[in-house]
Amino acid sequence: MQTIITSSRTRDTIILALFALVVLTAPLWGTLIGAGYPDLLQKFAIFGLFAIGYNIMFGLTGYLSFGHAAFLGVGSYTAVWSFKLLSMNAIPAVLFAILLSGLFAAVIGFLSLRRTGIYFSILTLAFAQMSYNLAYSVLTPITNGETGLRVLRDDPRIIDTALGIQVEGSPLSDFFGLTLTGYPGFYFCAVMLILGFWLSLKIFRSPYGMKLLAIKSNQIRMEYTGFNTRPYLLSAFVISGMYAGLAGSLMAITDPLAGAERMQWTASGEVVLMTILGGVGTLFGPILGAATIKYFENIFSAFNEQVLQQAFDFLPPTLTDLMVALTRPFVGEGWHLTLGVLFMIIIIFIPGGLIEGIERIRRLFSRRRQPPGENSPGSRSHSPREPAA
Amino acid sequence: MTKNSKTTNESRRDFLKITAVGGLAASAPMIFMKNAHAYVNEPKGATVTLGFNVPQTGAYADEGADELRAYKLAVKHLNGEGDGGLLNTMKPLSLKGSGILGKKVQYVTGDTQTKSDAARASAKRMIEKDGAVMITGGSSSGVAIAVQSLCQEAGVIFMAGLTHSNDTTGKDKRKHGFRHFFNTEMSGAALAPILEKEFGKDRVAYHLTADYTWGWSQEGSIKKYTEALGWKTQSAVRTPLGAGDFSQYITPVLNSGADVLVLNHYGKDMVNSLTQAVQFGLRDKQVNGKDFQIVVPLFSRLMAQGAGENIKGIFGSTNWNWSLKDAGSQAFVKSFGAEYGFPPSQAAHTCYVQTLLYANACEMAGTFNPCDVIAALEGFKFDGMGNGPTEYRAEDHQCFKDVLVVRGNENPSSQFDLLEVVDITPRAKVEYPASMLGGDLGSCNA
Amino acid sequence: MDAFLLQILNGLDKGGAYALIALGLTLVFGTLGVVNFAHGALFMLGAFVAVSVQNLLTISKKVKDESITFFDAYKETPYLEIWWGDTGTALIDYAVPISIVIAIPVMLLIGLAVERGLVRHFYKREHADQILVTFGLAIVLQEIIKANYGANPIPVGAPDIVAGSANIGALFGIEGLVYPWWRMIYLLFSLAIIAGVFAFLHLTTFGMVVRAGMHDRETVGLLGINIERRFTIIFGLATIVVGLAGVMYTPILPPDYHMGMDFLVLSFVVVVVGGMGSLPGAVAAGFLLGILQSFFSMNEVKSILPGIDQIIIYLIAVIILLVRPRGLMGKD
Repeated sequence: MQTIITSSRTRDTIILALFALVVLTAPLWGTLIGAGYPDLLQKFAIFGLFAIGYNIMFGLTGYLSFGHAAFLGVGSYTAVWSFKLLSMNAIPAVLFAILLSGLFAAVIGFLSLRRTGIYFSILTLAFAQMSYNLAYSVLTPITNGETGLRVLRDDPRIIDTALGIQVEGSPLSDFFGLTLTGYPGFYFCAVMLILGFWLSLKIFRSPYGMKLLAIKSNQIRMEYTGFNTRPYLLSAFVISGMYAGLAGSLMAITDPLAGAERMQWTASGEVVLMTILGGVGTLFGPILGAATIKYFENIFSAFNEQVLQQAFDFLPPTLTDLMVALTRPFVGEGWHLTLGVLFMIIIIFIPGGLIEGIERIRRLFSRRRQPPGENSPGSRSHSPREPAA
Repeated sequence: MTKNSKTTNESRRDFLKITAVGGLAASAPMIFMKNAHAYVNEPKGATVTLGFNVPQTGAYADEGADELRAYKLAVKHLNGEGDGGLLNTMKPLSLKGSGILGKKVQYVTGDTQTKSDAARASAKRMIEKDGAVMITGGSSSGVAIAVQSLCQEAGVIFMAGLTHSNDTTGKDKRKHGFRHFFNTEMSGAALAPILEKEFGKDRVAYHLTADYTWGWSQEGSIKKYTEALGWKTQSAVRTPLGAGDFSQYITPVLNSGADVLVLNHYGKDMVNSLTQAVQFGLRDKQVNGKDFQIVVPLFSRLMAQGAGENIKGIFGSTNWNWSLKDAGSQAFVKSFGAEYGFPPSQAAHTCYVQTLLYANACEMAGTFNPCDVIAALEGFKFDGMGNGPTEYRAEDHQCFKDVLVVRGNENPSSQFDLLEVVDITPRAKVEYPASMLGGDLGSCNA
Repeated sequence: MDAFLLQILNGLDKGGAYALIALGLTLVFGTLGVVNFAHGALFMLGAFVAVSVQNLLTISKKVKDESITFFDAYKETPYLEIWWGDTGTALIDYAVPISIVIAIPVMLLIGLAVERGLVRHFYKREHADQILVTFGLAIVLQEIIKANYGANPIPVGAPDIVAGSANIGALFGIEGLVYPWWRMIYLLFSLAIIAGVFAFLHLTTFGMVVRAGMHDRETVGLLGINIERRFTIIFGLATIVVGLAGVMYTPILPPDYHMGMDFLVLSFVVVVVGGMGSLPGAVAAGFLLGILQSFFSMNEVKSILPGIDQIIIYLIAVIILLVRPRGLMGKD
């Protein structure tokens, strides 16, 4: 056991370094797939964080929460209120958002974790839907309802006023003078994502993570051995709620607005789909799933006939028309269809999600390069459901 | 199993390759050129890009599709293709049918999903990646306000699509945002005289209101103007957005003593609540010795189709209807009908007009610089666009024009002939001081 | 008093609808162990069977409206009316009842196809996988309907004689107590279907085997009984039930492609409050939630607790699940 941990420690450092490299160079490789603009890259990082955090609860303990969007929403509202009352600086916004969403998660987790399985799922769903419905209507004084909570020029901003910082034009969030929109905003999110990933890696490798996994494989047996699972489950729930709150605050930092629809059950469902699509319980899967879904939402929905015509321009005219007619239903207003088909194909043919798909491709290549029987059985033992990379 | 997954992977890789090439071509120049611009997304080449941000999924997808049709038509006409549409009737006209300022008009599209976050993400893509110099579209006030403030921050122009809440050009107005569509204040002012004429001064109203900003805005306006007539408001009950079944809110109406039901619902909510209210026999009822009446203050023909028979005879207001006979409306219906085979909706009309107004303002200003375009649009008076003489008021960027009061057609002559125009309330009757709704435009941000 | 009676009646009517929609979901979970996120989409397909039948019945002779020159506008007269006169009109009027007859085989076929083609391969998979695949299916079904019927709601009327309201107050000597005929029919219809499903499971040998299979699939399999095939039929049955719920709902709620998603969460809440896999539980929870929802929407209650009607369903779900670990009637 000890040797495994030490040998994996250097491996983890390499994993983290590679991860950081990939994330920080996103503006470069993002351009290659048409995603090289700040807003989408920010969304990749933010939803990647959200999914990583969600995976700590769902991937490790197997508890399927359908209410995590509520914590994201709380994080967003807290961040905007921090902008309104205290300062446009991102740091207090992040801290308060994590704190408050953690508190919120503690209350909801405390109640919901009295139940298991689908009953737990529905409890979390019910709490989140209540938050959403109230935020949209009765709580409008706090949330500004449908329009969403925004930062206004005449907000008090006690700290900024005390320091004599004046807002010119529309107030934008900053990091000690550096305005956090566009690429600076992305790098801020990217650093948070790398930190979040590092923490998640630590949790996965720690005895604490092992215990969570043990709860997933057999909670009843754990309890019979006199092991109290509740504190472990609750802490995992709160940690994942804090990740969601952090993601929510980053959404508000890169774009100072918080809307109630962030808390709707469809938003909770989205993070579930991201995690499963990428690979439940894997380190990278949730991030990959998040990026895939956001990519479809932003890029596929933007393809129209014009774009398709240009894309198939290299073909003879009749073939171009045919290809445009064939692909048209799947892009633009049909991007939902593509997403639905993608969900089905992936889960039918690659049960472990995208990560398993990549693993299969890798194995295919490594088998070609290496003499058979040397390394492939070893790599096969990395079942994607285990917390391997 | 393995064989299957192999083919999926390969086809996906091919697909990625294609998108990668397309994406690279589209986005590479943007990054390097940004700093050389005098203002955000200054068009340097032979083309100018507009961003059409409409709901393509969700409850308003059909309305969004119609908006997109109108935009494509507008682009055609601006580029001098097709029959020219409203370029033939608009007065004063600076456009020449050769694009805008000699640059060919291109467009990018996006899906708002009728969610503020998605709409802003989509608008940001258009601004950051595609280099759009103007964003337009949308089918709800929440989205319009969210995108409008984004455009203010980003320094591009926002020409609102269908948005009816007072806030868009009231409390939440912005220097960079412009609205051609009317608002709840005008609906109230236009409807009240007709309601008085048809139903009398002695009425008791019961409001069912969608529980969010637009619903409250409309409830407030209708209350204000009907109470001024002498009507009483029995209750105003808030209903959750997307409730589906409204029966639990309709049953209390039955024996409340009210004799008018005002449905402050739009879209699906309106279709459902109206259908169910009629089912509860409200329209066959007699209360206080009078026939019970239902009023739907904001009408949309596209949505009225969903209510079928139940819409007949019901009063409401609308921004524009294809049956209007003025030259502008006729020219638009003709181009749209020839292109697509059916008449345009009010959403299509407002979006088309907004695009032309923006383009015209650029020609007038001689530049795409938003500050100059804003100056050109402010106080701009025009005619021949289907709503009679219209003015973009400088103080709040709201268009002031005549408002249509309509009634569900009892005897439609075709499947499109759903609304009958009862009255055209002149502009003077629906005008209000800009200070009434508050808000602060702020300043130009370029 | 009559206001209160009305709300009770309204609650019963809502409850019937909730129970009927949730019934198939709990049946599939209880027997097949599958969490079916496509259940709402199947409800929507049922409603669109009614839309399609209505469209078929009203295929019309189009007479061009010559006053409109810019596009083709038609005055439409259904061929059925031209050929058969009043009989044709009556047929069109009865589109929804006719749809019920047609929906049974159509929904059965859809159910069998979905089970054989997809769901069957997911019996042994984790709930998460089941959720993703059925959610994907729901999106695909939805988008197919959207591509063919558009996104706007489509009106489908109840037959004229039951389109309005019944003066049921007259029966009890209370004035002003009216209620829509169709909603009362829906209530009776849902009670009949629920009774039918119970009878099928409790009074037939087939049902007995299925219930035994719910209890202990392996033992039943060892007895040489082909439980898989019976499960296929159960899935078909659940699809028929939810499809009929959809057909019957069209006069109350003009259907659109997205209606299934709107009912998905609701039906899950009903099923879970009743206890996953418990049929009597789903029925009890349906009526309980319906009645309480109506009650808490009353102005008198709302004025004390603003916004309570927005969350009441979820609040009840939370309370019940915290008090009773397995819902109202769930098994451990």
